[in-house]
Parts: sequence; C-alpha cells; structure tokens
Amino acid sequence: MKTDISCALRVDDVYKSYGTHEVLKGISLAARKGDVISLIGSSGSGKSTFLRCINFLEIPDRGRFVINGEEVLMKTGSDGRAHPANRRQVERLRTGLGMVFQSFNLWAHMTVLENVIEAPVHVLGMGRKEAVEKAEALLQKVGLYEKRNVYPAFMSGGQQQRASIARALCVDPSVMLFDEPTSALDPELVGEVLKVIRGLAEEGRTMLLVTHEMKFARDVSSHVMFLHQGRVEEEGRPEQIFGAPASARCREFTSSSRH
Amino acid sequence: MPTSPSILELLSPYPPGWGGVLLQGAASTILISLGAYLLGIVIGFVGAAGKLKGSRPVSAVLDFYTTAVRAIPELILIIGLYYAGTDGINRLLSSFALPPIEINGFFAAVVVLGIVQGAYMTEVLRGAILAVPTGQIEAANAFGMRPWLRFRRIVLPALMPNALPGLANLWMSVTKDSALIAVVGYQELALATRLAAGNTKHYFLFFFAAALIYLTITLVSNVMFSSLESYFRRGQPKAA
Repeated sequence: MKTDISCALRVDDVYKSYGTHEVLKGISLAARKGDVISLIGSSGSGKSTFLRCINFLEIPDRGRFVINGEEVLMKTGSDGRAHPANRRQVERLRTGLGMVFQSFNLWAHMTVLENVIEAPVHVLGMGRKEAVEKAEALLQKVGLYEKRNVYPAFMSGGQQQRASIARALCVDPSVMLFDEPTSALDPELVGEVLKVIRGLAEEGRTMLLVTHEMKFARDVSSHVMFLHQGRVEEEGRPEQIFGAPASARCREFTSSSRH
Repeated sequence: MPTSPSILELLSPYPPGWGGVLLQGAASTILISLGAYLLGIVIGFVGAAGKLKGSRPVSAVLDFYTTAVRAIPELILIIGLYYAGTDGINRLLSSFALPPIEINGFFAAVVVLGIVQGAYMTEVLRGAILAVPTGQIEAANAFGMRPWLRFRRIVLPALMPNALPGLANLWMSVTKDSALIAVVGYQELALATRLAAGNTKHYFLFFFAAALIYLTITLVSNVMFSSLESYFRRGQPKAA
C-alpha cells in the first residue's frame, strides 16, 4: 500500500492537541486517485481539525503525510511536538491541495476573477492571459461567468462558495479539500453548491469532504469515515456506514441526522 | 508721512513683499511632513510587525518606545532629540578624533518628527493588521503564498481600509506638528510667518495668511485621503 502509485494522499497516525485537550488521537487516511472520502461526525469530533492538518493550517503534533507521493519532512521540536521541517516544501505542497473553506474566505479586495487568478499568477507563475482564460472557463462551469467582475461582498453565500471552488480548481490541485462547504449557507443555497461538488465527483476528482450533509455524503462518496472524539470510530463504503453500521455510536449518529 | 504698504504689497511673492517667504515656508512644511510621514510609516510597519510577531525582548523595547513617545510632550521630544541627537553624534565623532558636524536642519526635523510619527503609526498599523479577518490570511496560506507575497497581495490591501482613518489623522497632525520644528530654528511656515509678522508688525495679516495656507493643505489632503479610502474600500458594500 505504501508504494501504491495511485495514492494521491496518505496520512498516518495524526495526533493533535490544544493544551491538554487532545483533539486527534491517531487518525489515518489513504486516498487513491478519484476517491471521494467524506468525513462525518458530530461537532468536536475532530474532522475539520484533521482536514486542516493535511495542508498544515493546523500544525499536527505527530503524524506522517505523503502528498502526491512526496513525504512532508517533519522534525521534532524541543517541546516534543513535530513541525514541518521545511516551510518551502509545505508552501509548494499546499499548491497541490485545493482548499474550500466553510466561510468561503474569498479575498474581499479582489473581484471574483481576480480571486481565481491570484494563486495561478502569483504563486504558480502562470501568464496572466492564460490564467484569465482558465479562470473564465472555470467560472463558466460553476455558473458565475457573468459575476466575474463583482466583488465577493456583493454576492450571495452560494455564489461566493461556488467562486471559491473555482478558485481552488484553478491551481489544478491533485486533491480538493472541502471544510463543511455548505454549513454557512442558507438552506435554499445549499443545493447549488452541492450540485457543483457532485459534478466534480463525477469527473473523478480526488476529494476529501467534511460535511453534515448526510444524504449527499451517501450519494457521492466512495468511502466514508465516521469520527468520534478524535478517533475513526468506523469507516467503509457509504452503504455500510449509512445502511448497516457496526458501531452503536455510528448507528446513532447516522440515524439521528437522516433527513 | 510715508503711506503704509497695502495688503497686496505685503503679501506679494517678491520682496519687499513677504509672500515668497511664506510660500517657501509652506513648501518646507510640506516636505518635512512628507519625509516624517514616510519615515513614520516605515517605522510603523516594522514596529507593528515586531509587536505582533517579535520575541519578548523585541516587543518590550517597542512597548517602551511607543509608550515613551506618546507620553512625552512633543515639543520636549523635539528639543530633546534634536539637541541630544546632535550632541551625541558629535561626541561619537570626537571619540574617533573626527571634527564635529553641523546637522542639517531639514534632515533633523524629518528624523525627529518621523520617530514621533512612527510610535503612533505602530499602534495604528498593529490594530489594522489585527482587524484583518483570519480567513483572508488562511486562504493565502492554503494557496501556498510565501510571507512576503501574502503581505503584499493580501494583508496590505486588507489592512488599508482599517488603517486609513488613523493614517489620515496622523498626516493632518504632522503637518501642524512640523510647526514645532521652529523651536530648533528651522524655517518652515510657522517661523516664516513669525519673521514676516515681526518685520512688518502686521501680525494679524500674516498669521491669518498662514492659517489659510494650513487650511488649504488640510483640505487638499482630505480630498486625497477620501479618494484613497474609497479605492481601498472598493470591495466593501457601502454602509446604509
């Protein structure tokens, strides 16, 4: 498994604590190309923290990360906690991970188009003309071509989230990371965003999805991980997790949140 | 009996009118202010970065700097920094057996006022940086931006709307604080006015003229700062 060439992302044994509170207690995950892995669980189960550890927005205390076949070099600090040894490596690997945040986090001083071309032009060094063409095609795809010159604050939450998906796609990420992409949206706007994500899943994109949308997770995922108190309580095919979960906690969670 | 000169003759830019002296003074005031302001901005960014990210000794030194400068009356600071600064430099020079130098008045004014401005700027910019939503910075990190790129492309444009009202205030105050430089003998607008008034005994006329010049500087600055602010607030909906 470790030499599996089709492995887009492999994470082993991640630990993370804030002070004395242990949030992640040894979580592992392996995503092959084209996998759609959903992380579900109640609030505080550690699923968002785990996702944010993958692109080092949170620094894990311990763990092994192989992104696109390249292992993140870690060193242990004087406090016994691990840190990435090479900031440049982390910065480079991050460009291969397209992050979509719960609260969109579009850059407020840039139009939608400027948001989408920002990283390709300034981080990847792509020519401006090429980046604009690419960005316009992506905005077409998420249905925002007409809004390309609008500032984020003048759009609905659903539009902002679709724009932020286009922004993440524009760096050609090998893995897309979604951190509760619909949790900050009004109920009537959830559908338009899920539709875009579903389209990406059908294209065969590798994705990790932290979500509370159980029906959606069941439909699009190839693999579902149920997290409870910082551990993987149960994982498997969506039919298994939602249909016949072995763990009592998982059964309780999936049945209570079914709608 | 000689007729006293008319107002226009007194304010004429050509001698024996004193208008030219006043305008030259105004030009010095603007140049000193600009120099001090720019120096203050540089000190302010370094100071704000040091307070937010620096080690404990660094932020202790910066705390001392901002507290001391903001606690001591500016006039005393200017006199103190000017004479102590000149004296200190000359003592240093003589200890290396070098001849003493005359410190250029303009340069001294810019440095002294810049040090004062820098303390206030540090606090304005520190607050403005803290007010940038963390999500904006996280997004920059998530896309692999390096610190300098992140600052230039994301943090700086995002902090400007928060900083501009404070920065505008500081500009307004430095244009007038530069008048304090007169006490060390550098001829800017306030000292030029005193000279003109003293020589002609037309105190009211010249002080009124100087007031109008200060007012003009302020009004023009207001226009510039509000267009800057609307530029940096372009992504924000107007408050209802």
